[in-house]
Amino acid sequence: MFSGFMVNAWIVGTLVALAGGAVGFFIVMRGSAFVAHAIPNGSFAGAAGASLIGVSTLLGLGVFSIAGALGIGLLTRRGRHDVATALSLVFMLGLGALFLSFSVEYEPAVFSLLFGEVLGVSNTELLPTIVLTIVCLLLLLILWRPLLLDSVLPESAEGINPLIIELAFLGLVALATTMTVPVVGTTLIFTLMIGPPAAARAFTTRPGLALALSMALAVAISWAAIALSYETYWPIGFYVGACSACVYALSRFWGALPRLRHGSMPPAQSFAQKV
Amino acid sequence: MDAVLHALVEPGFLSSPNVRLALAIGGLVAIVTAGVGVFTVLRGQSFAGEALGDIGAAGGSSAYLIGIGPLWGFLGISIAAAAAMELIGIQRARGRDLATGIVLGLGFGLAALFLYLGTTQSNTTGAPVTILFGSLFLLPSSNLPLVLGFGAGTLAALATLSRPLMLVSVSPELAAARGIPVRLVGAAYLLAMAVAVALSALTIGAILSTALLVGPAACALRLTSRPQRAFFAAAGIGVGCTWLGLLLAWDSYYWPPLHNGWPVSFFVVTLVLIAHLASGAATARRPHGRSR
Repeated sequence: MFSGFMVNAWIVGTLVALAGGAVGFFIVMRGSAFVAHAIPNGSFAGAAGASLIGVSTLLGLGVFSIAGALGIGLLTRRGRHDVATALSLVFMLGLGALFLSFSVEYEPAVFSLLFGEVLGVSNTELLPTIVLTIVCLLLLLILWRPLLLDSVLPESAEGINPLIIELAFLGLVALATTMTVPVVGTTLIFTLMIGPPAAARAFTTRPGLALALSMALAVAISWAAIALSYETYWPIGFYVGACSACVYALSRFWGALPRLRHGSMPPAQSFAQKV
Repeated sequence: MDAVLHALVEPGFLSSPNVRLALAIGGLVAIVTAGVGVFTVLRGQSFAGEALGDIGAAGGSSAYLIGIGPLWGFLGISIAAAAAMELIGIQRARGRDLATGIVLGLGFGLAALFLYLGTTQSNTTGAPVTILFGSLFLLPSSNLPLVLGFGAGTLAALATLSRPLMLVSVSPELAAARGIPVRLVGAAYLLAMAVAVALSALTIGAILSTALLVGPAACALRLTSRPQRAFFAAAGIGVGCTWLGLLLAWDSYYWPPLHNGWPVSFFVVTLVLIAHLASGAATARRPHGRSR
């Protein structure tokens, strides 16, 4: 399990989880789960287009994820945010369907783009992933204060243009997407960006600790998924989705524990509090 | 009219039984999704619609796996996903996106598994692409009564719900004060959305299904603020996009590069986006006409 081609899988799985868990912390903080779903999923068209005209998949993904981020940002200025996101996403996916219909390589390529092929990571893919992870984490470190301030108290972040913050944030998501999609697929990275940080929030309220916990949980999920996928030959996307959901369910249980233990609150009242 | 049609259309468009069936199913589905979509846009639930559609991919693929029609798979899993979202707290605006995201992640995981098992254990080549991106021209005719039944049921439920639902969507506090069961109405609406998305997934594919749900309704709500007018406008735009998409896909049969036709779903989705941009441009020119 730890030899040969599997070494690359472990390295890349760890890197992707670190970046995903870190960027995901802000996605959950800002409540932009839909955007985090739309950008990676839409960039699928970029990968399909790149393989069609024979350029690097990474380039296609980069172009489309940035175009998607800008498109969402621009469409949002007029009209509803979620509608703009949905329409940008489906248009990019529609383009993806078109590119796929043009290309001769069909199913295995589609499948690995959507659901990941971490067990087949080649040495040439390793270096770009490492570089992009470092860039991603550095950017996050630089943006940490303004982004946190803007996410928690948008009113108090004076002197910072919210549009620039939003675009920087979307750019960060696009960057994380570009590096991770060829390795883990468009669907998996979304799960890694949402599940661990959402769970981390239930355990701690301190931002630094929550970020660290989110990254740690993402790495744990990623490792468990690689191991299980190796043992059973089932796709890694399934295990990442299932493990994330389990971790989130555990966190919800943990959050509900004090109330269950004390039992002082009648159900009706606790429901009212939740609402 | 016929002469104009013949000039625009490759011969044989309206005489082909596949096309007639596609026009009928596509039109029905567009009307149902447009009606449901008006409330999706008003309530800001596009992400839930998107998630239900994506999760439908798991249902479509499991249907191939156990050998039932994909519509049953789409329906079953969408309704299950709607129930799961409702259970883990979609009714709260704050946690709603997260709950949706978690269910979506799990659904994608299941889709990956079922598609993988489907392609390795049975020889249904093309199934993943059909499930994900749809193929309106290739639907079996047995789907028509099902679509008709579920579509009519959904529209009837929507008509019954529409008054309380409108109040709940616009002002939950006022609705609660009037004694409307806010959560129940929300859950019932989510169920209707699950059925609409499943129908949409059947025509333009699981991961594109939001286009028909959200796009025409968003256009219509830009053009008018009255719910009934919005419904008819959305239905018109939806049917128009679907039918024009079908026509273009039929015409594209001899287009480069491969000369075997461009996908219908691509045309439908592109037309929906164009309609959305056009409605934005139309309302931008008359500043007072814009409705919120």
